[in-house]
Amino acid sequence: MDLRKVIITIDGKEFEAIEGQSLIEAAKNNGFYIPTLCHFKEIYPPLGTCRVCTVNINGKPDTACTRKVFDGMKVEVNTPEVLDNRKAIVEMLFAEGNHYCPACAKSGDCELQHKGYEMGISSSRFPHLFEERPRDFKDDRIFMEHNRCILCKRCVHEVKTNKGENVFYFQNRGHNMLVGMDYEKAKELTDEQVIEAARLCPVGAIIAKGKNVAKPFGDRKFDVDKDIKWIPSEDIKIDIPKDGKKKIVATTSLAGCFGCHMSLLDIDLELIDILELVEFNKSPLTDIKNFTKQCDIGIIEGGVANSENFEVLREFRKKCNVIVALGECSIWGGMPAMRNTLPLKDCLEEAYLNSISSENDEKIIPYHEDIPKLLNKVYSVSDIIKIDYYIPGCPPNADHIWKAVKNILFGAGEKVAYEEFKYD
Amino acid sequence: MKYAATGKDRTQLLEYLWEFQNEKGYISTSDIKKLSKELGISWIEIEGVISFYHFFKRKPTGKYTIYLNNSMISEIKGFHKIREALEKETGAVFGGTDPTGTFSLFETSCIGLSDQEPAALINFMPVVNLTPGKVKNIIEHLRKGGKIEEIKDEVKDYIRYKNDKGEPVLFREYKEGESILKLVKKHPQEVIQDIKDSGLTGRGGAFFPTGLKWEFARHSQSMQKYIICNADEGEPGTFKDRVLINQMPGLMLEGMITAGYAIGANKGFIYLRAEYRFLKKKIEDTIQHFYDIGLLGENILGKSFDFDISVVMGAGAYVCGEETALIESMEGKRGGPRTKVFFPVERGYLDKPTLVNNVETLCVAARIMEFGSEIFSKKGTENSQGTKLLSISGDCKKPGIYEIEWGMTIEEMLNLCEADDVNYIQFNGFAGTIRTKEDLHHIISGVEMGNKYNPYIRGGGSVMIFNSKRDVFDILTNFSNFFIAESCGLCTPCRAGNYLMGKRLEKIKKGEATFDEIEEIKTWAKVLRDTSRCGLGKTSTNFMVEAIDKFPEIFKEKGQKEKSFNLSAALNDYYDYVKNN
Repeated sequence: MDLRKVIITIDGKEFEAIEGQSLIEAAKNNGFYIPTLCHFKEIYPPLGTCRVCTVNINGKPDTACTRKVFDGMKVEVNTPEVLDNRKAIVEMLFAEGNHYCPACAKSGDCELQHKGYEMGISSSRFPHLFEERPRDFKDDRIFMEHNRCILCKRCVHEVKTNKGENVFYFQNRGHNMLVGMDYEKAKELTDEQVIEAARLCPVGAIIAKGKNVAKPFGDRKFDVDKDIKWIPSEDIKIDIPKDGKKKIVATTSLAGCFGCHMSLLDIDLELIDILELVEFNKSPLTDIKNFTKQCDIGIIEGGVANSENFEVLREFRKKCNVIVALGECSIWGGMPAMRNTLPLKDCLEEAYLNSISSENDEKIIPYHEDIPKLLNKVYSVSDIIKIDYYIPGCPPNADHIWKAVKNILFGAGEKVAYEEFKYD
Repeated sequence: MKYAATGKDRTQLLEYLWEFQNEKGYISTSDIKKLSKELGISWIEIEGVISFYHFFKRKPTGKYTIYLNNSMISEIKGFHKIREALEKETGAVFGGTDPTGTFSLFETSCIGLSDQEPAALINFMPVVNLTPGKVKNIIEHLRKGGKIEEIKDEVKDYIRYKNDKGEPVLFREYKEGESILKLVKKHPQEVIQDIKDSGLTGRGGAFFPTGLKWEFARHSQSMQKYIICNADEGEPGTFKDRVLINQMPGLMLEGMITAGYAIGANKGFIYLRAEYRFLKKKIEDTIQHFYDIGLLGENILGKSFDFDISVVMGAGAYVCGEETALIESMEGKRGGPRTKVFFPVERGYLDKPTLVNNVETLCVAARIMEFGSEIFSKKGTENSQGTKLLSISGDCKKPGIYEIEWGMTIEEMLNLCEADDVNYIQFNGFAGTIRTKEDLHHIISGVEMGNKYNPYIRGGGSVMIFNSKRDVFDILTNFSNFFIAESCGLCTPCRAGNYLMGKRLEKIKKGEATFDEIEEIKTWAKVLRDTSRCGLGKTSTNFMVEAIDKFPEIFKEKGQKEKSFNLSAALNDYYDYVKNN
């Protein structure tokens, strides 16, 4: 059969493609990148589940993995509208599941995270759902972590026994859908097939027990994207203000680990230069407990877990002209929000009554009018007040924090470069 | 694919599951293990199919399983009272079975009886116009060992209007076999030409030109082609197909035979929604009768044309009304819509060219054969021909079926059905479009799309009328819950998006959302519209977006200028706990 060539146009550039090929593959063969999460190879019928590869085809939105190229096909991949649709879908996935990147074996090698960095997602426009999902340890070799599953269908399609029977299959429908595992069929897989299944999973939902080697730092797959040239965010040079007027900064740590503040201190010697430009008001760094004046910028670490966090946050909004949410906890709840899928009662009992402590006879749940009261769940700061900027990371890197804050204070707003993006 | 060893066929999985379900009220683990072996597919795959469909149960149910419709029409006609009465009389809680194992209660999406709500299905037999008193009698009767047959209702067909101004196309006298007599005298290409000339478009609501679809199917090269009659009438508020099937099952069969003859198919299926199981016998009797008189089977009317028809049962999934999801379901799979690499007329059921048409479309096609294309093309407006069945329900004195000619205004329609207090009209099901009393001059039509300057409205099928006493937020919440329940879950925007939208609506309803957050709904809706895999997700947010524009005052009342956070509500859990311990 002759391979007929067709001419397609992607973002104004003409490319040659083989008739019948999917658009996403044709684009890839021509070195043109269209992001996707479910597509991993050409299959018929295509999975078409994640919808991340949505582009405009002759003016109409459609997915690049499900459409075949045809002569005269005009594709728009990078219009602001299309970019925003794609970003929205990835944000939706982050909001739908429970993605605690710092606690995930796949972090750094995770395709969902990668898309987040690539698209510059520092916060999801959709409120996180925090719904309880199962963790399935039943199988000897495979751990299924449904909190992370994005229902891409890769494993359902691809992982089969030698007899061609499914090991994974969708269960339920709609919002309750999940990938079920056939434990008997899973036994028929070889060790290599199990590892292959874990590798196939774009996120950390299928974990091969004892085989997934976490690489916490360094040259992880998506820490630096080698395929795409990214322009680092501008490091603006700032002169010391002639009028001697310094910008006033306030910081606080709500429900977090103080790690973002530690990271701030990592700015190191440069802190001395910073003090030429800014003055700290209320902040753990200065130990100033109460605002003494209106501030230019308030930097918030941590989410809102109790009544005191709530009051402090409200005050920051009043006393600071610009509010920056620093780190994952403040942006969407982060690690403390792990309790959000459980009733408060269970958390209190586990922490104060059921766990082993050195003072076994004093098992009580602390209650005093002066102790901050726990909220039913951990809220993001944007649930409570309006947030102007988000700096992602757990914690964000010191240089990056300073660059971003500098840009906000003196430049044209903050922009995060790919290399600086981290959710862990 | 058939397994020689057992003679069982993977594509018949739904039927096997129905056998277990009907026999003992649920499907047991050993049933699944047995099927898994016989079909050579994994246990988890069968579990996946079962859990997709609403009417398959994995836990034992009572002797009587009662499904109560929870659509908005049911809600305004007394759903909550009936729900309460059912729980009280049976001793069961919704979602479960009573301690004696006699009654199981479940809610379900619209069951196609909107003209006689509240309605329920007891072991798939309908009971309509329920009142707490009637519920009491029914349950007492069953508890005493009475038969369901003795208390079930004969579903009435309220045909209120037969294009009285002109003449009807559908609701005229049915003369058995008339259309087939004319059909066999024509060449298939002529038949397609007649359908094209008539201007008939898909009556399921997508309005794709029927003649063109038939032509594509005819030109698909294959020895084996299929006709599927889509009788999975799941759009809430729609019940026209139920009435058509009950009134003229033969006309539907003749439509299928016509389509088969035209495109060169010799096998037809009727995919009947499980909610309409009470119509199954009538259809099968009619099919048998057609075989007896030579309208089905080999050499129909002496021509060398063979055609067979059989009925396939759905199992409770709205999305299966989407033609590719329907085909997946017919193949014994989860009813998820396919990616549209091929149209069904190219590769459909079992990858063979398949023509899927709605019941009404096929019935009209038979009428066109009988009377010629002009009976249809001469009616309607310049751009949209013919008549259309509307299913009207809600706050009006005469709910039922109306065969109207395109070109009627909303006002005329409301006069016919005697609706005098109208605040909110939902056209074309929950995924359709809203009209209010400002829009009475809008003309109901099939092709012209409505907009601000061009007062047309595309009339798909259902018209739900709500008066000024109905809380618009209750309506919106009911619709939103429906889409959350019926999204198949395959694609991100529809699965996660509808759920997130529902959460946002809840927030607005509680008066906790800012005006920005209300406006944001529109941008979220755009994402669903642009990126969803099938029509369900693409249209599932229309009502919310339109409601914001059509009822600005109610949103103004609920909206907040600044972010508000209910601190005391968030502290309730903590205080409750420490107080009790």
